[in-house]
Parts: sequence; C-alpha cells; structure tokens
Amino acid sequence: MRKTLGLAALAAALVCGGANAQQINVKIGVLTDMSSLYADNTGIGSVVAAQMAADEFMKSHPNFKVTVVSGDHQNKADVGVQIANQWIDVDHVDVIADVPNSGVALAITQVAAQKNKVFMASGPASSDLTGPKCNGNMVHWTYDTWMLANGTGKAIVKTGGDTWFFLTSDYAFGHALERDTAAVVKANGGKVLGAVRHPINTSDFSSFLLQAQASKAKIIGLANAGGDTINAIKQGAEFGIVKGGQKFAGLLVFASDINALGLDIAQGLIFTETFYWDMNDKTRDWTKRWHAMRKDDNKVPTMNQAGVYSGLLHYLKAVAAVGSAADGKAVVAQMKKMPAEDEAFGKSTVRQDGRVLHPAYLFEVKKPSESKYKHDFYHLRATIPAEEAFRPLKDGGCPMVSG
Amino acid sequence: MTERVADPMTQQPSLWRQQSETIGFVVMVVALVVAPFVTYPLFLMQAMCFALFACAFNLLIGYVGLLSFGHALYFGWASYLAAYSAKAWGFTPEFAILTGTATAALCGFLAGALAIRRQGIYFAMTTLAFAQMMYFVALRMKFTGGEDGIQAVPRGYLFGLIDLRNESAMYVVVLVIFLAGFMLIHRIINSPFGEVLKAIRENETRAISLGYKTDRYKLLAFVLSATLAGVAGSTKAILVQIASLTDVNWPMSGEVVLMSLVGGLGTIFGPVAGSFVILTLQYKLSFLGEWLLVIQGVIFVACVLLFRRGIVGEIANRLRIRL
Amino acid sequence: MFEIFGIPSTALFGQLLIGLINGSFYALLSLGLAVIFGMLNIINFTHGAQFMLGAVAAYMLLKFTGIGYWSALILAPIIVGAIGILIERFFLQWIYKLDHLYGLLLTFGLALIVEGVSRNYLGSAGLPYTLPESLRGGQNLGFMFLPNYRVWVIVASLSVCLGTWFLIERTRIGAYLRAATENPTLVRAFGINVPRMITLTYGFGVALAAFAGVMAAPIYNVSPNMGSDLIIVVFAVVVIGGMGSILGAVLSGFGLGIIEGLTKVFFPEASNTVVFVIMAIVLLVRPAGLFGRRA
Repeated sequence: MRKTLGLAALAAALVCGGANAQQINVKIGVLTDMSSLYADNTGIGSVVAAQMAADEFMKSHPNFKVTVVSGDHQNKADVGVQIANQWIDVDHVDVIADVPNSGVALAITQVAAQKNKVFMASGPASSDLTGPKCNGNMVHWTYDTWMLANGTGKAIVKTGGDTWFFLTSDYAFGHALERDTAAVVKANGGKVLGAVRHPINTSDFSSFLLQAQASKAKIIGLANAGGDTINAIKQGAEFGIVKGGQKFAGLLVFASDINALGLDIAQGLIFTETFYWDMNDKTRDWTKRWHAMRKDDNKVPTMNQAGVYSGLLHYLKAVAAVGSAADGKAVVAQMKKMPAEDEAFGKSTVRQDGRVLHPAYLFEVKKPSESKYKHDFYHLRATIPAEEAFRPLKDGGCPMVSG
Repeated sequence: MTERVADPMTQQPSLWRQQSETIGFVVMVVALVVAPFVTYPLFLMQAMCFALFACAFNLLIGYVGLLSFGHALYFGWASYLAAYSAKAWGFTPEFAILTGTATAALCGFLAGALAIRRQGIYFAMTTLAFAQMMYFVALRMKFTGGEDGIQAVPRGYLFGLIDLRNESAMYVVVLVIFLAGFMLIHRIINSPFGEVLKAIRENETRAISLGYKTDRYKLLAFVLSATLAGVAGSTKAILVQIASLTDVNWPMSGEVVLMSLVGGLGTIFGPVAGSFVILTLQYKLSFLGEWLLVIQGVIFVACVLLFRRGIVGEIANRLRIRL
Repeated sequence: MFEIFGIPSTALFGQLLIGLINGSFYALLSLGLAVIFGMLNIINFTHGAQFMLGAVAAYMLLKFTGIGYWSALILAPIIVGAIGILIERFFLQWIYKLDHLYGLLLTFGLALIVEGVSRNYLGSAGLPYTLPESLRGGQNLGFMFLPNYRVWVIVASLSVCLGTWFLIERTRIGAYLRAATENPTLVRAFGINVPRMITLTYGFGVALAAFAGVMAAPIYNVSPNMGSDLIIVVFAVVVIGGMGSILGAVLSGFGLGIIEGLTKVFFPEASNTVVFVIMAIVLLVRPAGLFGRRA
C-alpha cells in the first residue's frame, strides 16, 4: 500500500515536472538609477536593453515567458534592499540586473545570496564584488575598478602623467576606484600627492578643485562617474585648471558623458571601456535595434546598457540549460560552465569568482574636426586582451576561490 | 497646537465611551496579530517601527506643544549605533537595541537642553538645524559607512537563543516592542507628569506661576520622546539589517510629522493610524516614483487647511469619544 | 603664489571667495525669510523651493524662449514672485489666525510639492545653465585665479541686500511696513490696505529667493534639491542672527559664509557642521540670537 502511494507521488511529480518543462517563467528586475546622476548611462536605456534580451530569447525559445520589471534605487542602499526584498518575496523576481552604484550593489549581492536568486551585476564598478564580497549568486559583467585602473592609469603614467591628485566620490565605488588606481600609479613609478572626497551628486566642485589645484599634481584623477565627472570637468575649465597646466584623467567615462560634455571640452580624454557602439557591424546593428526601442536618437548606448543585454542573454541561456530559474546558485554555476557570446560583447567567459572576462579597449576622444557623423566619438588606441584586462583570480581574495 | 476635541469627560459617560481607549487598543492588537497572515510581514514590521516613532514624536507635539522638526536625528543615530554594535561588536539584538536607544537618549538630552531655550517656531528651526548637523556628522564619520551605510547587519539571536532570521520570531519581537512602547507612552500621558505637560502646552506662563520648573518638564519630555524614537530606530535597523543616511536626513523628520498630522496630533492612536496610512501609500504607489513626494506634499497642505484633527481626531470628535 | 600659515595663497583666497559666495546666498535667503516673517509671522519653509524655482525659471527661459541670463535676472524673480502671491492668496491667508507652527507645516508641504514636481520634470541630477559670454573667464591675480562670474555674484547680492535695507529702513513704504509689523490694526485705521501689503511683502520675499536662484544657476547647476539643502543652513543662520533686524540677517549671512570658507582651509572635515556648532554656542550665550530682541 505504502509503495503504491509512493509510486503515485513519484508519477505526480514527474507529470508536474513535465508540465513545467512546457513553460518556463522568468522575471527580470532591472534595479537602476531612473532620475539621478547615473540615469543617463543606465536608467531607461538599461530597461530597454533588458527588454531586448527578453524579446530575442523568447523568439528563439517559445516555451519561455520572460517579463521585465524595473525600479529606481535612488542611489540609496536601503531603498535598493527594500525593493529587492519585495521583488523576490512578493513579486517572484528571479534575477536582479544593472544596479549602477557599488554601495547599493554590495547590499543587493547579499540579498541575492540570502534568498538564492541571481544578481547580474552589470552596472556597479567595485572590484570587491568579485573580491572579499564574492558569492555564488552574483556575476559581474561589463567592467570593474581594477580593470579601469589597469587600463587608464597605466596608459597615463606611461605617457608622463606621474603625479596624481584624486577627486573621489565618497562611497564604495569611489574608494575602490581610488585604491585600485593609486596602486597602479605607484606600481608604474608614479606618485600620489593627495586626494579629496566629495559627496555623490555634488553640484559645486569649486572648493575641491581648489585643493586639487594647490596640490600641483600633473594629473587630477576623477574617481567618480556620470554627472559628477561631467560637473568636475566643466567647472575645472572655469577655474583655469587645464590652462594652468594640469590635466584631468576620467577614470570612469561613458559614451553618454561625452555626449553631454561635447567634443569641444572632452577632446583628448583617455579612458577604458568594454563596449563602443561603433566597434563593428554587429555592435552597430545592435545599436540600431536599441535606438528603435529607446525612441530617442540623441542618446548613445553605454557599456553598462550593453552589459545588461549581454549578461541577461547569457543568464537566460543558463536557465534554459538548467530547466528552471528557481535555484539561483545552480543557474550561476551553469553560467560559469558555458561560454557566452552575443552581438554586443562578442565572446566572453565567466570565471569562478563571478568575474566575466572579455577584452577591454583604451579609447581617446576625437577632436570636433575628426568626428565624421553623429556620435562618432572615439579613436581606438589599444585593445587589452581578456586575460590581461581583469584582476588575476588569485589576487582578488574571494573566499570561493580555494588554493 | 492641537485642535480642541470636546472633552468627553463632560459628556454623559456611557460605558463604551469610557472604555473607548481600551476598545481601540484591543482592536489594534487583534488586527496586528491577524495581519501577517494576509499582508507582507516585512511591511507590517516596518510600519510598526514607524508607528512607534510617530507615537514618540506625538508625545512632544501633542502633549507638550513642542514641534520638533529634527526627530530623524534620534531615529537615525539609534539605528546606526544598533547596527554597528550588532555587526562590529557582536552584540545580541536586545543589547544592540539598548545601545541605540541610549545613544538617542544622550543626543536627545544634548539637543533638547539647547533647543528648549527657544520657543515656538525657533524651537522647530533649532531642532531641524541640530538634526542636519548630525546628518553631516554621520556623512563624514567612518563607522557609519557614509553613503553606503552599515550593511549586512546580523539579526542575531535574541537573548542568545531565538534566531531572528525566522520571520515569525522577528514579527513577535517587533510587535512586543511596539506594544510596550505604545503602552509606556499612554502611561506617561495619563500620569501626573503628563498632566503637568498638558498644563505647559495650554499656558506655560501659568504653569510657571504655579511653581513648576517648566524647562525641566519640557526637557524630560524631550528626552523621553527621543529615547522612544531611538527604540523605533534601533529595532528597524535590526529588522531591515541596514542603517543608512535616509533615516537621519531631514525628509525623515518631515515624514514623521506627516504621519502624526494625518493620524491626528494629540491623539493616542493617531500616529499609529497615520504611519500605516502613509506607509501603505508609499508601498502601493511606489510605481509613481517622485510623484509620491508631490502626493505627500498635497496631504500635508490638505491636513493643515482642512483636517487639522487628522483621521483619528476626526473620528473621536464625531463619536465624542477619546482615542 | 605665496604661502600663509603654510597654506598656499590660491587655496586660502579661493576658499574665502567661495565662502563669500555661499555667504551671499545665505544673506539673500535669510533676508527674504526675515522680511516675510516680519509681516506674516510665518517661517517660509517654501523659501528653498522658491530659490530653486528661480533657477528653474532661468533654465526654462533660456531653453524654450532663448531669453538669456540678464533678462532672466529680472524676469525669473517676477514670475516666481507672482507664483508666491498666488500661494499667499490661495493658501497662506487662511492660517494667519492659527498657531504659527501651522505656517511652517503648510509651507513645508508646499515645498514638497514644488520639489516633487520639478524632480519629475528635471530628474534629480543637476542641469547645466550656461554662463553669459560676458561673464566667462577669469583673472589670474598671481596669488589666485578669480573667475569673473563669482565676483559678479558677490557684488550683485551685496547691492540687493543693501537696497532692500534702504527700502525698508529709509523709505516711506518701508515705514508703513515696519509700522504694520508692529501694529497692523492701527495701520489699517490710517487707511492703508494691510492685507494687500502682506501679499506684496510675501511676493517680494519670494522674489528675493528667486533672484538668488538665478544667480546660483550657473554655479550650482539647476537641480531640484538645490534649495532644500541650502534652506536648513539658512534656518541656522536665522537662529544665529535673530529675525529682529534686516541688517542682522545680512551680516550673519555673509559672516557665516566666510567662516565656513575658512573652515574649509584649516579643518575641512568640519566645514559642513561649523554653522550649526556656532548656532549651539549662540543659543547658550545669547538665546535670542546675535541681533535679536528678546521674545
């Protein structure tokens, strides 16, 4: 009697399992900055990219039903955590993507681990995500502070910019970027003369710029991003920083920032990115589709937005391979097993600590006279191969990496 | 400051009118015990923390007539210290909450002693300014984590025994803390001390001439209010496992004013009702984004111009009961 | 370039200049608050939002109609002042008889509405307002680099402050105003339309805030929270100076700006808190404020 019951249960389980294989529901939550200083390099553009990934995947996998929801974390960790908890507990979201702002991202990665969901970190920068704070539920796409420092910092020190003063955004991201860049500067024989920290979303940089000016450093390293970078560079012009012989080094610059600054002010800036819309036919084609959905031709897609697309596409493929999105750890393990490929980023691999490896590119902003068509912004100066672009696995201090 | 509600004691005392507060209390407790089975528990627990915060604030404005526009200071700093002591020093939750509460009491004593030197509008501006000062201190200090806040605060084991990661256990703890704080405030208001406070609210000069050292009474009330706000802040930090600048910044001070105003200043149940109403709005309408701020502003204006009694005050007035 | 107490002169004079500029905004705003408080007995919490509206108006004028900085300096205060008059007519006039604290709450609610609406339309990052050509650039004085626009801000706000002081303390209109503050019933008995005077005073105070907003736009960018960050510091300035006199509001505004600038040089960690610390000391020593009369 007991045996038959057990068999019946097993049969029922099999039938249910079979029914599940018919349709797989996946809910994507794009947690982003909708209205503040990072809204231009992520925001709506990221939601659009997520929707692109979902639509394309559903076309090739008719048994998938992928829905995208979005939320504004307002650059506050507590707001982000509250949305994430509610998404996972009440709305059954399976993967949280984007999250530009390392402070928020460090909180979200813990929520994802606690509730065994997936955090597809394509927006944050801090290399701690794959370092001391790593876990088996997070994949770090697009870029990180170590890679930016290694690409941009090294190139500038080697061309003579050997004394630095940092203007640092005063939270997890800025601290990590300053730390990683200072290490690169020192390793290449340069000197760091000082640093000043400013609150995120600062409108008046004058008092910080004066300190940078007084330091007499050759390079003023901007360890900030988005609106903060734009403001610092613009106000630097007002206080005669560049005329006085000092130079800005934008350590994290997006195509959207160049769009906002204009080539006039931005020309000559050197920085590292992992995606540029005008790289090849595939990225141009991708950008065309992005523009069609974004419905605003004046915007340029950034590497963060492309990263949302690329990361989510790989995530969905892994869900298909596992057969369900329920177990976040299993999906991430699958993402690490198989190589990724898409139009925006080309080929990439996911490393044991959650770091995604793909090539990085050193760009220089064109002079206004060199720009031939709309959004023709960059010269490609160097390509850093995937193996060299990111921090070596053993140096990260990720507890998941043994031996 | 509060609209006068016809004193129920002068009315014909029927039994349910006399017992209106008890009935209200029983209804509230039953609702809070049943609610987690039908609503998102994390939301309810947060709402209870804010309700206690609003009750603490109301103790000042409703019963002493002092408008503090800087109560985020006590709420936020308590949450920082609770979070820090639980995370860095490994305190059990009850000691973490005590640490946070003690911090709030100390801050309340220092700010209160200075602020009560001015009256009325100046008092409100002074409290706001002190709160903003401590916001900047929180922004600058290392241990608060600045913009990142104190993250991944362990909920820990209550008395070293009960695992608070269990949502039901956490719910019971928050409910008990909320009810205890609520009853304590009720007790304070109805004590001889509370009667003196009300006398100061009505006419401070007369209270002085009757021989009361009103400054001491005001300061004590201020410290009590700050302390209870601290209990709320500490509990919230343990609950949501994060302490951040949001809790110590001025919009938080404004929010608690709004909650009390909506519910009814100077009523026992008003702040509770107000905080549940405001939080439900924020929760249900979160898709509206920044329009929420506009809605809050409209509610503020509407309350001041049209419903100065608030929800509970209006009900109490209609039914001629005390709530 | 030389050094003073081991501080490079660029840093010292530069921070002093920035302090003076912040001081001029403190002065203009606390002046407006004092004027409004004198007539209406209301602490205008919307003041910060109206400061922001001034900047927004300048931004909109430039973007949609191409009207530049100089015209905006006149037009924006008129527009925002007119909005202020509407606010007074529709909202404030109903609460004069209530406890003063209701005025604070009402204007706080109005501030939230204004700020929320602007965040929806502008986002919370700052929008750039381009400087007029004539004010760009700066002078290299050797010991420091002096941007032209910042000098203009100091000169303009000083003149407006002094002008307002003259208007209120030395003209007939000012005399009516001061009389109505002391005893509105008596002034009304002399046949002066006091309610209209109250309305216009509010409009004028708001226009002062908007004027400051236009001047701030090229420096701070146009952002919805530019006012709320500032207004709380201005409250502290008002508590320090006391609301008693126009000159007191102006002096404490400039003075505290300079002290803040100096703090940035010698002890930058405390630069945000120094105003509040001074407020605490003043409360201990002179509870009514430096220029205030005992209530």
